[in-house]
Amino acid sequence: MLFSAILTGLVLGGTYALIAMGLTLQYGVARIMNLAYGDLIIAGSFGAMLLFTAAGLNPLIALFIIVPLGFALSWLVYALMLQPLARRSPNRDRLEGDSILATFGLLFVIQGVALVLFGANYQSYSFLAVPIDVLGTTIAANRLLAFALAVLFGVGLWLLLTRTRFGTVIRAVAANPGSAPLVGINVDHVARLAFALGGGLAAAGGVVVSMYLTFSATMGVIFTMKALIVVIMGGVGNLLGALAAGLILGVVETLVSSFIDPGLTLAATYLIFLAVLVVRPQGLFGKAAR
Amino acid sequence: MTTLSRRTLLQAMGTGALATALASLPTFAQDRTAIRIGYAVSKTGANAGGAGISTIPNYLLWVDDVNKAGGLELSKLGVTLKLEVTEYDDRSSAEETVRAIERLATQDNVDFILPSWGTGSNLAAGPTFDRFGFPQLAGTAVTDMAPQLVQRWKNSFWFLGGGHDYANALVDLLVKQRDAGAINNKVAIASVADGFGIDLSKAATPAFQAAGFELVYDKTYPLGTSDFAPIINEVSGLGVDTFVAFSYPPDTFALTQQAVVANFSPKIFYLGVGTAFPIYPNVAGPNHNGVMGVGGIDPDSEAIAAYFERHTALVGQAPDSWASAVTYASLEILGQAITRVGDLDKSAVAAEIASGEFDTILGKVKLVDNQLRALWTVGQWQDGKFVGLAHTEGKAAREPVVPKPAWVPAS
Repeated sequence: MLFSAILTGLVLGGTYALIAMGLTLQYGVARIMNLAYGDLIIAGSFGAMLLFTAAGLNPLIALFIIVPLGFALSWLVYALMLQPLARRSPNRDRLEGDSILATFGLLFVIQGVALVLFGANYQSYSFLAVPIDVLGTTIAANRLLAFALAVLFGVGLWLLLTRTRFGTVIRAVAANPGSAPLVGINVDHVARLAFALGGGLAAAGGVVVSMYLTFSATMGVIFTMKALIVVIMGGVGNLLGALAAGLILGVVETLVSSFIDPGLTLAATYLIFLAVLVVRPQGLFGKAAR
Repeated sequence: MTTLSRRTLLQAMGTGALATALASLPTFAQDRTAIRIGYAVSKTGANAGGAGISTIPNYLLWVDDVNKAGGLELSKLGVTLKLEVTEYDDRSSAEETVRAIERLATQDNVDFILPSWGTGSNLAAGPTFDRFGFPQLAGTAVTDMAPQLVQRWKNSFWFLGGGHDYANALVDLLVKQRDAGAINNKVAIASVADGFGIDLSKAATPAFQAAGFELVYDKTYPLGTSDFAPIINEVSGLGVDTFVAFSYPPDTFALTQQAVVANFSPKIFYLGVGTAFPIYPNVAGPNHNGVMGVGGIDPDSEAIAAYFERHTALVGQAPDSWASAVTYASLEILGQAITRVGDLDKSAVAAEIASGEFDTILGKVKLVDNQLRALWTVGQWQDGKFVGLAHTEGKAAREPVVPKPAWVPAS
């Protein structure tokens, strides 16, 4: 029973980690606190649903269409809307404030477009809702897929960031955007790329969660909140941190739900969040304050 | 600095008095080109999902139906006028609803105001409707307090019953099944820790106990829960024949999927809001068959069938099988009351709604103490329709199918 609960929790945590990874890139590297992040996830979900119901396209294949679209859209958003903000900001705090306001507006633009196109109704379809037996515990295949993708993206991007020259460049920008140009790094370019990469990840998350979660045009903010908790808990800009924090949240929620009371899952989530903030304000994997 | 001479003052006062006198004169028929209907509904925010299914489409459909028929006849004014709509988005906030209603009443000078979606918004808007004297047709509010509210707000009308109606009807139905030997004595309840779930479980828990059922699981889960694996896993090991969830739409869908994945297929699978939505069969696939929930329709009624067709043609989707038809019927009642009164006198129309008998898609309807007491309480998906199994007046459209068909695993 305990083992089964932990396994279920890990799979739930995979979903949390998956939806948080893009945000940690956008916030950690591009320094954009993107409040429209959840709405991009919803946009990905709508895209997958549309392709699945109208064109009969397998959501797994739809990933290869929607992720590049999310990447391109975020690239455009950064180039048109956020780059001017980043250029004129004297410091990080100012950019954070500006980007919160700008993306707050963007949130309503994306939401409004979704409302016009799809209405306010709940949307849901079912894909890969097949039971898979994992060491005696029955788990839905679509949730297992979300977990696998989260681990894949988390570890893959972590390797990219720590083992490649390109990753070093991104980390340089994350660590000190003021000094990075001194060693020949185009900060604008790198930040835009990181933001777009985050958008692609958000779209990927949207496609995967649409297979098993009910969504509606106005639900983006729920995803943004959850992702934000995971990002802060794991350490801003740290992909492994996001993975770990997501998994911890999932396991704790499931344990509390199974052994104490389902009504206390939210309380447990925020208790853990609070504990992390008190003990390690920089997040589980975050670097100490600059 | 300007000084006011006595003459200017008197002139101003005179003009003001004249304006007041004119404003209080009855509106002349030739001045009117339309009957102005106003509403603030949740187009965005947390309530948008519910409003987008049960409320907004029915407002659109009613206006369309009335206008296509040429409008409403106002015999005292000697005209037949079409409906003209002023619409606001209340962004799912009760303060915004109240503000919009005040604006509709004072700035837009509408003749009638339709309420927003949900129990909370109707309770919040009650005093405002009352203050301006508008009849309030609460088509999507479930509250056990309706009898008291009617005393407080004389022009309020409550169409969707209270938690006890639904909970007691469910328990009665289950008692019959148990006594017939179709199900065992064990029941598991999971309810969302928010308005609907709290109301229903508060009414259901004592009713189940009084009926001698053994409640082996009775827990709440927080609003916004997305993973129901822990709940379903625990319940599936308890040997229950009856699983009851007083849930909201996203949970209703997620619970179904999780139960199918875990192959937890109790003989009675009852869910809350969302079961009667037209999207449910898409979500559940073949497994929607036999699932029970709140609400229901009469599958043999030609009026309901025609309503479903018109709704689908205009809005592009079928209505839900609980609050939608009731909401539409409340608007039909309003329209018929207006024509019977023959002008736009709010209190006369309210009095007619309270006392008259009306011909609606639900059949002949007469409100009891300002409440619709003829309601479908338990429904079940049978042959693509969410048919009524229990009615407050004791009739049943269909016999319940127990046990429900076993889940078909997804391929």
